[in-house]
Amino acid sequence: MKVLVAVKRVIDYNVKIRVKADNSDVDLTNVKMAMNPFCEIAVEEAVRLKEKGVATEVVAVTVGPKAAQEQLRTALALGADRAIHIETDERVESLAVAKLLAKVVEEEQPGLVVLGKQAIDTDNNQTGQMLAALSGLPQGTFASEVVVDGDKVNVTREIDGGLQTITLSLPAIITADLRLNEPRYAKLPDIMKAKKKPLDVKTPGDYGVEVASKVSLLKVESPAERQGGVKVASVDELIDKLKNEAKVL
Amino acid sequence: MSILVLADLHEGQLGGATAHVVAAANAIGGDVHVLVAGEGVQAAADAAAKLDGVSKVRIADNAVYAHQLAEPMGALLVELSGDYTHVLASASTTGKNVLPRLAALKDVSQLSDVIAVESADTFKRPIYAGNAIATVKSDDALKVITVRTTGFDAVESNGNAAVESVSVVVENGQSSFVKQELAQSDRPELGGAKVVVSGGRGMGNGENFKLLDGIADKLGAAIGASRAAVDAGFVPNDMQVGQTGKIVAPELYIAVGISGAIQHLAGMKDSKVIVAINKDEEAPIFQVADYGLVGDLFEILPELESKL
Ligand SMILES: Cc1cc2nc3c(=O)[nH]c(=O)nc-3n(C[C@H](O)[C@H](O)[C@H](O)COP(=O)(O)OP(=O)(O)OC[C@H]3O[C@@H](n4cnc5c(N)ncnc54)[C@H](O)[C@@H]3O)c2cc1C
Ligand SMILES: Nc1ncnc2c1ncn2[C@@H]1O[C@H](COP(=O)(O)O)[C@@H](O)[C@H]1O
Repeated sequence: MKVLVAVKRVIDYNVKIRVKADNSDVDLTNVKMAMNPFCEIAVEEAVRLKEKGVATEVVAVTVGPKAAQEQLRTALALGADRAIHIETDERVESLAVAKLLAKVVEEEQPGLVVLGKQAIDTDNNQTGQMLAALSGLPQGTFASEVVVDGDKVNVTREIDGGLQTITLSLPAIITADLRLNEPRYAKLPDIMKAKKKPLDVKTPGDYGVEVASKVSLLKVESPAERQGGVKVASVDELIDKLKNEAKVL
Repeated sequence: MSILVLADLHEGQLGGATAHVVAAANAIGGDVHVLVAGEGVQAAADAAAKLDGVSKVRIADNAVYAHQLAEPMGALLVELSGDYTHVLASASTTGKNVLPRLAALKDVSQLSDVIAVESADTFKRPIYAGNAIATVKSDDALKVITVRTTGFDAVESNGNAAVESVSVVVENGQSSFVKQELAQSDRPELGGAKVVVSGGRGMGNGENFKLLDGIADKLGAAIGASRAAVDAGFVPNDMQVGQTGKIVAPELYIAVGISGAIQHLAGMKDSKVIVAINKDEEAPIFQVADYGLVGDLFEILPELESKL
């Protein structure tokens, strides 16, 4: 079974972002970029499936600018066998990404596609579900456990009230939640080897997909800053302030 | 404008989030219908019919919709959405699971986690873990939106809308429900609680979370946690507050042994009053706390409980 895994290049999760002075967007100049943390988990899961002998090949795919090849190389160093880069400098919304991924799914016919549950830049949490709908496949979102069992896959999902287990027919789409696994670090020899693994470059046009979206970004602002308050010296003072100043007790 | 709201269900009952989503629908304006889809959900439909501003409840009561699995729910929404300009759901794990399928099948974008309505086509939503707020305009014919409940005050229940059955029944041969382990608790739901007490890695272990129980009892509070506490296995995943957990905005949020990483702040910084208890006076949580108490939680918590 082939496993396809989608990775996105985003701002490093440790970086505190800044909004541009003209409020047109977030300022990403000279900001450290990385693989979306949920995509690292998705890659790890795909690689583990290969190590277990469930998957025969792991293919990583990204949609983004030239620089996003860094993240594909990371995926290759982590254990993916080959990569597909769909290159564009446009801002590509989840729907267009899903359309492109659906074309890749059609071409590659994977048994399983693993994505992150959400990209930490747009915080959309949509792409996997959209891909599932467009490909006519079932989905196991927010997965914390994935067990392939013959022509089915059992997925444990993190839902608001606790955990839910569902069974899906294969092929299926999975989106990874934080507790699915603990991603490994790439080792230097693997990083070197990754440079020689195949990486195909395509464009959205090659797939006949129009990436323009009907959603326009009018403005980006900083949220209302919270003013840090005071330090209290004792539990008594805390209770007094909560009762008499904040009036929440 | 005509708006369809997908109701949240909690073990067959109407979930608290729906009253917030209806408030968002009312802010857009127009005819507001609520879809209650599940199995054995008449009581939920009756509760939805009372929500202020709702003119009709549509009930799809069939085994295929039990547990609101994504594939049949998406297909049902596609069948019903033709008559509407907007389809809304809460940004719950159900809303997030189902709505993008509808959007994709209708070839429209989805706006996730909307916190404010500027007009019928323009909305505000947080991005980058809430460190920026985007104003976005959608020119799609159908607007598909998930609503962050903390952005909208719940509507009251003085209404009396008609409840109408939906005859559409879809097939589902792709997915099936196996089991569910839901946390049982007598405490209020995290998302709707007026007071939330959360513990982090500083709690040390799961057993020590009991130190929060007495305080939560006295305050009628829900108990939350940081991701570190959940990952360490102290408490179950449904207690996680943050960018990728629950978003809360109670009157009072008490963070105990939590450092205040941006991903945690994303889930609680809109709380009205924030209290932080941490032994490290440099902990970033103090930058957002209205009241900070520096000290050892193992000394502070028992004292706080006895004095409340
Ligand atoms: C993609 C992604 C998504 C994430 N999503 C979330 C999310 O949704 N929610 C979330 O919470 N995190 C999330 N995180 C994790 C986040 O970055 C932090 O790692 C996490 O919030 C830290 O939890 P903590 O504050 O409990 O632990 P720590 O950072 O280890 O802090 C523990 C604190 O306890 C204090 N302490 C220790 N002992 C005592 C004592 N005896 N008395 C008083 N204080 C004490 C310490 O001083 C310290 O400040 C996410 C991370 C990533 C990468
Ligand atoms: N530009 C992209 N290229 C490849 N995968 C993507 C891209 N955008 C989103 N994804 C995948 O979809 C997941 C969820 O993203 P989103 O729905 O945009 O929050 C990510 O974790 C990726 O796995």
